[in-house]
Amino acid sequence: MNPKKRAFLEVRVNKLRRDIVLMLSESSSGHPGGSLSAIDVIAYLFFEVMKFDSANPYWEERDRFILSKGHAAPALYAVLAAVNFFPKKLLKTLRKLGSPLQGHPDSRKLPGLDSSTGSLGQGLSIAGGIALAGKMDKKDYSVFVLAGDGEIQEGQIWEAAMAIPHFELDNVCLFVDNNELQIDGLVSDVMSVYPIAEKFASFNWNTMEINGHKFDEIEKAVEFFVSNRGSKKPTVIISHTIKGKCVSFMENKCEWHGAAPTKDEAIKAIEELGCVESLENWLEEK
Amino acid sequence: MSKLEMQATRDFYGKTLAELGRENKNIVVLDADLSGSTKTSVFAKEFPDRFFNLGIAEANMMGFAAGLALSGKVVFASSFAMFAVLRPFEQIRNSIAAQNLNVKIAATHAGISVGEDGLSHQTVEDIAILRAIPNMHIYVPADSVSAGRIVREAVAVKGPVYIRLSRPKSPVIYDDSYHFEDGKANIIKEANKADVALIAIGMMVPEAIEASKLLEAQGLSTLVADFASVKPIDHDALIRIAKSSRLVVTVEEHSIIGGLGGAVSEVLSEEYPTRVFRIGMMDAFGESGTPAGLFKHFGLTAEDIYRKVLKAVK
Repeated sequence: MNPKKRAFLEVRVNKLRRDIVLMLSESSSGHPGGSLSAIDVIAYLFFEVMKFDSANPYWEERDRFILSKGHAAPALYAVLAAVNFFPKKLLKTLRKLGSPLQGHPDSRKLPGLDSSTGSLGQGLSIAGGIALAGKMDKKDYSVFVLAGDGEIQEGQIWEAAMAIPHFELDNVCLFVDNNELQIDGLVSDVMSVYPIAEKFASFNWNTMEINGHKFDEIEKAVEFFVSNRGSKKPTVIISHTIKGKCVSFMENKCEWHGAAPTKDEAIKAIEELGCVESLENWLEEK
Repeated sequence: MSKLEMQATRDFYGKTLAELGRENKNIVVLDADLSGSTKTSVFAKEFPDRFFNLGIAEANMMGFAAGLALSGKVVFASSFAMFAVLRPFEQIRNSIAAQNLNVKIAATHAGISVGEDGLSHQTVEDIAILRAIPNMHIYVPADSVSAGRIVREAVAVKGPVYIRLSRPKSPVIYDDSYHFEDGKANIIKEANKADVALIAIGMMVPEAIEASKLLEAQGLSTLVADFASVKPIDHDALIRIAKSSRLVVTVEEHSIIGGLGGAVSEVLSEEYPTRVFRIGMMDAFGESGTPAGLFKHFGLTAEDIYRKVLKAVK
């Protein structure tokens, strides 16, 4: 990847991390850990890969994105606002009564959401249905899905993992946000899902493992997926990440799965992100 | 009753589905390894490109249905009621109904008339749980004619619909003049002042018609209504019936908790407080047996309805 492009992405995504922290502090509830682990992949897809038209969110040819781990909604909302699906000032309404920014994504309330999600394990099946419709209608859109590593404990994920290659849906690209933590602790302690890549490989998926915070590697993963279109096999990217990434006191702490930062904690986090100067005007900033 | 032609509602589901497939290229049908029994195989044979067997994985089938509907398809998803409703209930709620998606869950083998397979396959709770989900329409055809019309109406209605179908053949009570409308009851036998109003759904409608003849023979005037649209339910018809009847009776091949009896009681207790006498599965599981033998065992034959009502109306 061009170093300039990488530097540009890093600055841009750093601001999204700030948005996530401030949004959650404002709402006093929500899920910072898994939002911060997933933000690089989500941002890269919307900024660099997916075709969509934010002025025409239901454009039939658009690429789809399904946030199967719906609790990372703040990450998706920050990105959708950044690509102009809705005004950025809505971010401060997260989880508040009457807001289109529901605690978990609600497609009926907010443009840019290709499906409601939130109850774990369901997004991959929904993506399968969208991908199947795309094949039936001879459309060439791709369907990107982001699932949590804890989430793949859900049995429905494996029903979908069986069905998607069965129907030769090579237009599906699943990212597993492998931050190794879930609410009750380490995924490997609570209920091991490992080895992930081998499981999917045995279900007839193309697999690749990357560092999900490095844009060079995310770019390679997308290239791998694109090169596999036509292979009749879907692609899964095991994206190794750090829960709470870039906020030192949140990193690798399952306590930060579903706890919002206080005002002071948010300021501390913003200091670490080096965005203090934008504390007052973050909702206006482009 | 034995003079009436006998047909299974599921057969007319399959037949109507194939007709709809010819008229509407947007219709996609999903099944979970029971296409021969649910009769989606009739559609599959004619439209193999629009039929998908998801295997024995109903939760995933409902997710695929949601994804297809999000992409503009009108989706029929079928299995036995136990596996099309009770197994993937949460997927129906969150993936489908919460997004008001155009998914028609057409489930066969509902109720105890599945017969010999026994309680693991006999759903008597499906209406109760689905009724609690916002956006959901619930239709229960009383015969094959009604099944055909209802499958058509389900496509006309936007949003999720549950169609409850049966395994065995049952009497054909309607002719071509039958009309079904979302949220409307069908009064089969009118009475100005009824001693007994029999409100029934599904295979209990023909039983209720026979029971009404037995009651009439005892000098009791009866009204018989088919409330095939359980949700939305016909409030106006219910209140009119309650006003003009001495006793309101509900009859269903479903638990008396939360089904038709529940729905009727809810409406009347609020809008026109009336005694409602519920006949159905009395908070019990089914068991193996022939459909006819089970109806007798659980007190759901015309004869049983007649006897229970006679006792209740005194």
